[in-house]
Amino acid sequence: MRIIALVNRIIQQMLRDKRTLALLFLAPLLILSLMYFIFHTEDSSPKLGVIGGDTKIVKTLENANIEVEKFNQLSQKEALAEGLDGWLTIENKQLSLTLQNDSPSKAKALQMQVKQALTTFQMNSISSKIPDLGVTINYVYGDENTQLFDIISPILVGFFVFFFVFLIAGIALLKERTTGTLERLLATPIRRHEVVLGYLIGYGLFAVIQTSIVVLYAVKILDIVLVGSIWYVLLINLLLALVALSLGILLSSFASSEFQMVQFIPLVIIPQIFFTGLFPLDGMADWLLSIGKIMPLYYAADALTGVMYKGFAFTDILVDLGALLLFSILFITLNFVALKKYRAI
Amino acid sequence: MSSIQLTDVQKHFQKRSIIQNVSLSIDSGKIFGLIGPSGCGKTTLIKLIVGMLKADAGQIEVFQQTVPNYNLLKRIGYMAQSDALYSDLTGMENMQFFAKLYSLNKAERDKRIAYAADIVQLTNELSQKVQNYSGGMKRRLSLAIALLQNPDILILDEPTVGIDPALKLTIWQELERLKKIEKKTILLTTHVMDEAEKCDELALMRVGKIIATGTPTTLKALYSADTFDEVFLRAGGAKI
Repeated sequence: MRIIALVNRIIQQMLRDKRTLALLFLAPLLILSLMYFIFHTEDSSPKLGVIGGDTKIVKTLENANIEVEKFNQLSQKEALAEGLDGWLTIENKQLSLTLQNDSPSKAKALQMQVKQALTTFQMNSISSKIPDLGVTINYVYGDENTQLFDIISPILVGFFVFFFVFLIAGIALLKERTTGTLERLLATPIRRHEVVLGYLIGYGLFAVIQTSIVVLYAVKILDIVLVGSIWYVLLINLLLALVALSLGILLSSFASSEFQMVQFIPLVIIPQIFFTGLFPLDGMADWLLSIGKIMPLYYAADALTGVMYKGFAFTDILVDLGALLLFSILFITLNFVALKKYRAI
Repeated sequence: MSSIQLTDVQKHFQKRSIIQNVSLSIDSGKIFGLIGPSGCGKTTLIKLIVGMLKADAGQIEVFQQTVPNYNLLKRIGYMAQSDALYSDLTGMENMQFFAKLYSLNKAERDKRIAYAADIVQLTNELSQKVQNYSGGMKRRLSLAIALLQNPDILILDEPTVGIDPALKLTIWQELERLKKIEKKTILLTTHVMDEAEKCDELALMRVGKIIATGTPTTLKALYSADTFDEVFLRAGGAKI
């Protein structure tokens, strides 16, 4: 009897909390479908540029399921702009393969495919015009020792900065809302922008310290690959922390308990991870990719891998930084408006 | 002269009418009591006067200025019904924080904090964290914070709940002094009927409406009651 009373009460409470209920049933479906689309992508064939050489080689490579484009001349800059995964230069019977290598597993696969294709080509060519098929291999980014971790570590650094700043700032302001101190605060002559800025600066200070510790530890102690400037890494992460801070504060106005704040993790945090580049984005459908473009972590991950792994300069990450800045301005403005709920002016 | 003036004020929450056509005039230098059963809209009315909520219709004026008005906020000392305090800070840190929000300088802050803490007899407990305070102590600290900026109007939402009779007497003596000597206007809500009798003027609220106003004596005469409990019950529709 008492057990039934308890069960009844729990059912009543759950039915009352529509959001928890929706999350319980719908969030797994959302995450699952995202994963379905991300891992069920078309097997995209690698793009290879061929410079010099005859059409026979191109044919053989194409037969090996490689997308081949022929060039007469190609600089590294042009090749990267073309989105090639690698290019094969044939000059005086010397073959050299340059791999873009922004994903080590893909680069290794392409290397294998090219080698196999070339062996087939050699066996088929009766005249044996290419006696020696030694291929020199160059890398645009990293080298033959590049591991998956080198690529994902910049993303992880950004992710942890985002995640913890988001959660801590969100829960802190939530506490202020639930204890009534926010309402009390707004009965004093404090301006709404002063509340928003005070929060951004107060928690921002801790975010700066946290970001610096994470970045320095990753680079100096764990010796994570850092080709570009550490100052850019700090700058990107600080901007990302600002986005996380303003987003956390904003979303806390839509939560009425710490529990509901935590519910934002599968809705706001996890989907972002899928678009950071931790999972290959190449075969992803266009509509799915455009979803990624409304997510702050997408830009941060792009800029971070750019600077840390590819050695990007400031001008190369300008667009990403701009996007992050726009996100934070948007969230800060929305925060300012959301405070109207607590005071009419 | 009235310092608070309400004309046909209305407020809805999701189609539910909370305040219906309330008109009210509160004179300067008076203690004005708002009484009525819980849920009748007292707190909503107070939040409208402070400027935390915006009325759907009607006009609210404080010192002849339309509310909500940013400049009025520093002239109103507000004590919320729930103790909105930072429990991980000490009493002193809480008071310092709020005093700074009113832009008081260091000397003024120290003076006002010492004064307000003395009124509510918390001087010796100021260095303790608020989470170790009893319910009554929290109430007293909230009241002290409302006094900090030396406001012209004090708006107190159930100021004496959980405070013992001796201290309640001291607080009332101070409210009287603030009214008489410093010419403050005090608006408070209460459930305690002997407190209602100490007010200069009263408004009786029921389901979002003010059903009667007047001095305690006139209200008692109106409902032909001997005590305020009777006034309260009869106004609530009970047959005695």
